[in-house]
Amino acid sequence: MLNGYGGSILRVNLTTGKISKEPTPPEVARDFIGGRGFGIYFLTKEVPKGTDPLGPENKLIISSGPLSGMLVAGGGKCDWTTKSPLTGGYASASLGGLFTAEMKYAGIDSIILEGISPKPVYLFIDDNKIELRDAAPYWGKGTFEVEKEFKEKFGEEYQIAVIGPGGENGVAFAHINHDYGRQAGRGGVGTVMGAKKVKAIVVHGTKSVPVADVDAYRQAGMALYKACKEAEGLKEWTRYGTTIVVSWCDEVGALPTRNFSAGSFEDGKNLYGTVMREQIVITDKGCFGCPCPCGKYSSMKRYGTHVEGPEYETIGMLGSNLGFTNIEDVAQANLLCDDLGIDTISAGGVIAWAIEAYTKGILTKADTDGLELSWGNPQAVFALIEKIAKKQGFGALLADGVKKAAQKVGKGSEKFAIHVKGMEQSAYATHNATAMLISYMTCDVGAHHNRAWAITYDLQVGRDKVVPEKVARVIWLQNFRPMFDVLGACRLQWVELGIDRKLYEPLLQAITGIPRTWEDLEAVGNRIWNLTRLYWARENEGFGRAWDMPSPRFYEEPPQSGATAGQITRLEDVNRLLDMYYEQRGWDANGMPTPATIEKLNLGAFVS
Amino acid sequence: MRLYVDNAKCSGCRACLVACSLNLFRESNPKKAALTLLPHFPAPGVYEMKVCTQCGDCARVCPTEAIKLNERGAYYVDYDECNLCEACVPECPESVMFVRTELANHAWKCDLCGDCVAVCGTGALWIAD
Repeated sequence: MLNGYGGSILRVNLTTGKISKEPTPPEVARDFIGGRGFGIYFLTKEVPKGTDPLGPENKLIISSGPLSGMLVAGGGKCDWTTKSPLTGGYASASLGGLFTAEMKYAGIDSIILEGISPKPVYLFIDDNKIELRDAAPYWGKGTFEVEKEFKEKFGEEYQIAVIGPGGENGVAFAHINHDYGRQAGRGGVGTVMGAKKVKAIVVHGTKSVPVADVDAYRQAGMALYKACKEAEGLKEWTRYGTTIVVSWCDEVGALPTRNFSAGSFEDGKNLYGTVMREQIVITDKGCFGCPCPCGKYSSMKRYGTHVEGPEYETIGMLGSNLGFTNIEDVAQANLLCDDLGIDTISAGGVIAWAIEAYTKGILTKADTDGLELSWGNPQAVFALIEKIAKKQGFGALLADGVKKAAQKVGKGSEKFAIHVKGMEQSAYATHNATAMLISYMTCDVGAHHNRAWAITYDLQVGRDKVVPEKVARVIWLQNFRPMFDVLGACRLQWVELGIDRKLYEPLLQAITGIPRTWEDLEAVGNRIWNLTRLYWARENEGFGRAWDMPSPRFYEEPPQSGATAGQITRLEDVNRLLDMYYEQRGWDANGMPTPATIEKLNLGAFVS
Repeated sequence: MRLYVDNAKCSGCRACLVACSLNLFRESNPKKAALTLLPHFPAPGVYEMKVCTQCGDCARVCPTEAIKLNERGAYYVDYDECNLCEACVPECPESVMFVRTELANHAWKCDLCGDCVAVCGTGALWIAD
């Protein structure tokens, strides 16, 4: 018995229909702990080099962690790892909500989907009863309708993760939707599930999760909740959630505006968290065990609809980045993406690119199926979202993501395709924020913010500084923060409420029986970070430094307006940042872990 | 004293359910909690919690007198004396009297330990007269 774990790995071979369970390997639990650690372990070990992301050899690895579903403030995180159809590299998307807890209570630490089903199916898990069932009645439907049908059919205790038409149709950035508005959003994890012909996973668990020391567990769990409840920022944070930073980003020039051409939006005030809370929010909506829920559930009177969100990233990418001036329009675009099963961040990125290309005359009505594209045009955006999800006409071009779309269209449009490694950059403009810039450049899934959210650090120490301390901070964040994704818990209690992270140490020990300090955990994080880097190199011929370069927009085109008007990071400094980063990581000048680093981290077994 | 809930403040996180199961069973298992959460989504988008009001209807119908008052003035189930007859279940006006034989060999209910209140971050739960 593994304390703190469900205890088993569930394998579902969709080609043959074979379902099997194996005990969670104790040595993998020891070395990789859970969540994203399990994901990269199984991906590297089991998915052969050169696998087609949409082919039968790719696997979708869904993992909880030892803190998932427990008496832990924010124990609601689930990792979805696969080879990304968007980037061709490592994808690991974090899903909040209630799914990860339900997996644990069904006795499962990882679900590994293998092969391709000959027909649409859904995976049904009710404790030990595990079946593949016909999904023909659900195929083609939106995520909300399917979730509602399953809830009505099986009951509220069942948790559902479902793809939309975007995943079925092979949109490269399709997501997985759960609990009417929580997503495993980035990197095309929903695309892989769709390629496997799996419409949904339904899970219900009634087992208790074993813990090493129940009294110490209760005491440490209660202490963490107490600290959250007594935190000074609790009330303000819970009122606005992630939208609390919209105004701050606008003020400091980090709010993506019209395809990241600026970092402040002249109509940004209409999208601020305060406006959203007053105008559309009807309730807070928390992930499992969260005392400070960032989830806001909204009602859009203009459309007669409901949506969870929009969160900060979506307000940035489907709001200011598209020139939207009304929060209800942003929320409606959010709803369409959620229901159709595509990532709001990538959708906002690729649509902004299309609008810019259109306004520059690179694209015309002849390319866009007659749609007139302009900034601040919700109806055109709604139409594009639907076209993307269905891969219809012009939507098929955008459905491959901004990197490939720009390569296809050419004519200089590659210069304003805002991505790193093929992943559309999330919602922080980095013209003059060098820590956040290097964070995006080196993030292990592409241009995503969650590994090292360093933008506040930029402001704290001098945003244009290019110094080793900044890079060191980013590396520390990259090693430390993703450990929450390994443990199966949320980082926001630490980030936003400033909870003493030491409180997690006795809690983790009481649950698993294994004493670990944060220093121990950061060492695991460092090892995982290097392993993901090696995975990228294994899967991509010629992988290296060039792949870490940001969009030229951030070193060639200073914004014309807003807080960062006239400001830019010079190309020379971009390269200096990379040099410092590689050196501190123990990587060579091309950004590859050196043999000494591989040996030091005991990763030799993973390098063929 | 009894437990109260303000549904408008509930965010559906279920921390209360985990804390409850830990108190009642010394186990982590939200299915073994003595509160019920009913989410109403995608519309109208509200959470509804059911909590024990300590009305005592369960105790009055219990043929083995297994439901007793504790030092907090709350009704609790004396597990040794429960014979799983389920007479209490339909009597509960809030549907928070539980018998699930696949999960436990006795009935269970809220004993007003207060742990759910302790972990609720939004102030949706409290204890008062």
